[in-house]
Amino acid sequence: MTIGPERYDRNFDTLTRDQQATLNASRVAVLGLGGLGGGVSEMLARTGVGHLTLIDGDVFEPSNLNRQLFCTEAVLGISKALAAEKRIRAVNSQVSVTAVHQYADDDTLYDLIKDCDLVVDCLDSIPARFMLEHAAKKAQIPLVAGAIAGVTGQVTVIFPQDKGYELIYGKKEHLPAKGIESRTGNISYCALMISALQASECIKVLLDRGDILRNTLLIMELWSNSFEVMDLI
Amino acid sequence: MAKIHITLKLFATLAPYLPENADHFQITDGTTVQALITDLQLPPDAVKLIFVNGRKHETTYVLKPGDRLGLFPPVGGG
Repeated sequence: MTIGPERYDRNFDTLTRDQQATLNASRVAVLGLGGLGGGVSEMLARTGVGHLTLIDGDVFEPSNLNRQLFCTEAVLGISKALAAEKRIRAVNSQVSVTAVHQYADDDTLYDLIKDCDLVVDCLDSIPARFMLEHAAKKAQIPLVAGAIAGVTGQVTVIFPQDKGYELIYGKKEHLPAKGIESRTGNISYCALMISALQASECIKVLLDRGDILRNTLLIMELWSNSFEVMDLI
Repeated sequence: MAKIHITLKLFATLAPYLPENADHFQITDGTTVQALITDLQLPPDAVKLIFVNGRKHETTYVLKPGDRLGLFPPVGGG
C-alpha cells in the first residue's frame, strides 16, 4: 500500500503543516534504548521527527521483557540499537535512523550528538547522566531527561546554560551509581508514561511551543496518582 | 515551644515511613527539615530532593505553619 501524506493526517491540527516540516528536519539522539528509550524513539518516529540517532551498547535479555518496548522473545541476545533501528524502520521508513551499538563514553559522546538538535537521556546510571549532560552542554543542545523507579518517575529539560542535574542529584563528586530503582525495579506502564512525557517535551523543545519543564521537575507517583511540577530554582 | 502543623508527603520508597495525620502533621515551631527527617527515622541518604510548597529547598529550611513538605528519593532508572 502506498502511504503518502496520509501518514501524519491525525497530527493535524494539533500540529501545523509548518511544525510537521520542522519535525521532519529535526535531528534527535536517544541515549539508552531500554524502558524509556524504546518508548521515546517510537513516539518520536511516529510523530515525525525525521532523523534519529539511537545509541546503546547493550543486548536484550529476558529481564527486559517486562517493560522494554523493543524487547521481544525473538530479539533476546540481539543488540538493542539494531533491534530499535529495525523497529523504527518498520514503523516509519521516512525516518533516517543511525543505530550505534556502543556504550557512549566521554571520548565518543560529543561526536555522536554534536550534529543533533536535541538529546534524550534514557540512561540507567546517574554518573552516565552527568557525562551526557556534559556532552550536551559542550554541543550546545538541550537535553530531555527522564528517570524511573518502580511506579515513580521524573522528567526535566536542561538547556546548555542551566545548572541541570546538579539541582536534582547534587554534586557529581558524591553520586551513587543507582537510585532506588536498584530496589524497586521498573514497571512497564511507568516507563512508558515517563517516556511519553519525555517525547512530549522533545516535541515542545523542537517546536519552541508550550510550557517546557526547564528548571522544573515533573514528579509522578502512580500508587497515589501524584503528578506534581516542582521548581528547582 | 509552640506547635504548628504542616502537610507531609513521602514519595516512593519513603512512603512506608509516612506518619499518621500526615495531612495535618504536628511539629514544634522552629523544626528544620533535617530534624524532621531524623525524627521520622528515614534511612541515611534516603532523601534526595526536598520540596516545600512546590519549590526545592535544603535540609536547613525551617518549617512554617501550613507548609506542604515533599520528600523524594534518588531516582535514576531508565
